[in-house]
Amino acid sequence: MIMVARNLADPIIVSDPANQGMHMATTLTINGETKSFDAPPDMPLLWVLRDILGMTGTKFGCGIAQCGACTVHVDGKAVRSCVLPVSAVANRAVTTIEHVGSTPSGAKVQKAWLDAEVIQCGYCQSGQIMSAAALLAATPNPDDADIDAAMAGNICRCGTYVRIREAIKLAATGRQS
Amino acid sequence: MNAPDNVSRRALLTGGLATGLLLAFHLPLRADPNEPVQKDVTDGKFAPNAFIRIDATGRTVLMMPQVEMGQGVYTSISMILAEELDADWDKVEVQHAPPNDKFYANPVFGLQATGGSTSIRAWWMPLRKAGATARAMLIQAAASQWGVDAASCTASKGEVAHAASGRKLGYGELALAAQSQTPPKDVAIKDPKNFVLIGQPLKRLDTPDKVNGKALYGIDAILPDMKIAVIANCPVFGGKVGKVDDSAATKIAGVRKVVVLDDAVAVIGDHMWAAKKGLDAVKIEWNEGPNAKISTKDIWQDLRAASEKDGAVAKSTGDIAKALASGDKFEAAYEMPFLAHASMEPVNATVRVTKDSCEIWTGTQIMTRVQSEAAKAAGVAVDKVIVNQHLLGGGFGRKLEPDMVVAAVRIAKQVDYPVKVIWTREEDIQHDVYRPVYRDQITASLVDGKVAAWKYKVAGSAVIARWLPPAFQKGIDIDAIDAAVDAPYDFANFHVEYVRVEPPAVPTGFWRGVGPNNNVFAIECAMDELARKAGKDPVEFRRSMLTKNPRALAVLNLVAEKSGWGQPLPPRVGRGVCLQPSFASFLATVVEAEIDDSGEIALRRVTSVVDTGIAVNPDTVKAQIEGGLVFGLTAALYGEITIDNGRVQQSNFHDYRMMRINETPKIEVTVVKSGESPGGIGEAGVNAGPPALRNAIYAATGVVLRRLPIDRKLLAVGKKA
Ligand code: FES
Ligand code: FES
Repeated sequence: MIMVARNLADPIIVSDPANQGMHMATTLTINGETKSFDAPPDMPLLWVLRDILGMTGTKFGCGIAQCGACTVHVDGKAVRSCVLPVSAVANRAVTTIEHVGSTPSGAKVQKAWLDAEVIQCGYCQSGQIMSAAALLAATPNPDDADIDAAMAGNICRCGTYVRIREAIKLAATGRQS
Repeated sequence: MNAPDNVSRRALLTGGLATGLLLAFHLPLRADPNEPVQKDVTDGKFAPNAFIRIDATGRTVLMMPQVEMGQGVYTSISMILAEELDADWDKVEVQHAPPNDKFYANPVFGLQATGGSTSIRAWWMPLRKAGATARAMLIQAAASQWGVDAASCTASKGEVAHAASGRKLGYGELALAAQSQTPPKDVAIKDPKNFVLIGQPLKRLDTPDKVNGKALYGIDAILPDMKIAVIANCPVFGGKVGKVDDSAATKIAGVRKVVVLDDAVAVIGDHMWAAKKGLDAVKIEWNEGPNAKISTKDIWQDLRAASEKDGAVAKSTGDIAKALASGDKFEAAYEMPFLAHASMEPVNATVRVTKDSCEIWTGTQIMTRVQSEAAKAAGVAVDKVIVNQHLLGGGFGRKLEPDMVVAAVRIAKQVDYPVKVIWTREEDIQHDVYRPVYRDQITASLVDGKVAAWKYKVAGSAVIARWLPPAFQKGIDIDAIDAAVDAPYDFANFHVEYVRVEPPAVPTGFWRGVGPNNNVFAIECAMDELARKAGKDPVEFRRSMLTKNPRALAVLNLVAEKSGWGQPLPPRVGRGVCLQPSFASFLATVVEAEIDDSGEIALRRVTSVVDTGIAVNPDTVKAQIEGGLVFGLTAALYGEITIDNGRVQQSNFHDYRMMRINETPKIEVTVVKSGESPGGIGEAGVNAGPPALRNAIYAATGVVLRRLPIDRKLLAVGKKA
């Protein structure tokens, strides 16, 4: 066990209501729970998750939909939360890395990721896992081309791509390729 | 840099420190931000040294002197300690060590730094002794309790046993008594054939929390009342802030404060979005200063001119002048660009400053330097600075610098709440500490199909002179020429020089692969060109000059076999080889690549064979080579930072590109079994990628590339370089 991990019940940052003239009350369904908060409507979902709701599993990498570190699921599809205004996801189901393990494909991917020892620094891996889980939910037996198409939006600076490919196949088939 | 095996270079680097201070008894335990400082860590615990804590329940906490940035070091360091301690691996917990050079200085640097593929090499013996000492004290404690000879007791999996009487005691039960044992003077360490953990592909300790969002990187720090800041550093190197109009910014909801420093402006907000929008709304006029006109074009012109001068001689054997005067002469210059680190976690630091204290939450490769630099910036005593180390979302050398922490301290000083300062990707790329530009010249002569003379001159920035000044001596940057002086081949007449050329105003620093990333490229490109000149196969040519280097020869032979070297290939497909002894490891790599008619490159296959001595965790070794290869191939394919009008021209991943999964071929890494001392592994793969790919292109097209990144225009059909 590594001591550098957060108990998800830890306190989170709360915006000061005195300074929220232009904010809007927003309600989202995140990981099956209803969350209400105030945020500017153009605020990307990434920063709502990280800075308002204190859910830091979803990562910031580029802010311009180039790297995939911020990938979450909206209605089961992988999306880049750094460019997704929070107003666009009201009344839609958002799933993040903190909860993806409760979906069948998410659980399979997490297990395969550990079995294949994919992860190095891990910073990109929330996004990789979210993209892979969405891929498997839609395409249970992906080939290399499917994997390339679904995963090319996720950069890994540590270069774990070979193992990502292996782990997706492992998750899909239950077998080491 | 290459941790020296020989004593004199190590002494040079460390000022003779090394291992004497390792077995100490008291230190503040402050690695976990959630755990209060304990006044006395030995309270009810067995704490035989700075690295091991065992409490009465048997909970075994290992203190990590090296930081985890993806290289798997928390696991491999724990394996070394647990091996000699005979701990129960399932009960081992890891905590980051607090900043303390006295206990945790990397023996290679004399500083608590993680870099240069030194962790395992530097700590291999000290940690084995620390573990073995603790084990001996636990055995002594049990033996005296039982009234038997310690030599009749054994330890395994967290228990001491006395076979003759069948008695057993767990380490937890022995913790208190062990604490009062006298540590043995010359503790015996294990014969490697008795290792039970070292050499096993054990699962990493840090990864379970990395699949569910729980792992905390520096950027994930959250504190009560914390606000978030975004920074704009002066876009021109060395420029200053002129006029600032923040009237529009302060009207944006969620913006708390606009902080104007002399060289940067920051906006503090309730969240990143407010801070970002606030910063976009600040009108800043910069005083661009004397560097407003610098450009990479001029920097290259200056470097090319300066590199023609004679350099400081780093190594010379035989009679180079005489040897160069005969035979078939070869001359070439290889050029490498500025590179940014672009770790996936953008640069950040969270800081709270009070009147007389400063607390920092960040992931850094240099805890103690961060502590002392923060103390200066905050104006408080060093011992009033607390550094809470987090996991790093990649380091690659960027976090061997304290600048992001210093900037955060300067911002946090202006307010009475904690501030997390996040650099956007654009700031991260445009205000990096760059891998220097290098120009490497190789002059050689061939006699009877072999290299008879080899003169190698490296020209570039001396990162060591700034970063570790005592190690910069006689005008030689030992990092920049590290692999140049260690060329693996039998060169009877051999000469290495170094010319220090500092680019104006552009900060330069270590980048994964460090100095050898210029050396290995130049050497291995030149070897391929020389092989062609000699009319020989590149592998055969290298082989013929490896008579004194059996480890290098063995990995080269094995990679030739595994890669199918010599088997026929379609047109415009080639294989390229790279051989390198770097960081006390030996790595041979073959890249197979196809070049289409437009000059676009497709990687088909990469094969590497590595002899790293004893592989503490062979799966981690493989992973480091795989990832290193991708890092290096990325640089070869795309990596270049250019400067114009004093500004970096690239800004994010669209114009500072990274290799992606669809460009990544099959990569097969073989780890050779070896009984030698462990070598370094994090850097080696990086340096293999560019020359092996370049040599594959050479084989496929005949085009002689001598500059990185690879220029596709030269590879289109009908073009010749
Ligand atoms: S942070 Fe969203 S794609 Fe990079
Ligand atoms: S594991 Fe480090 S960026 Fe992917």
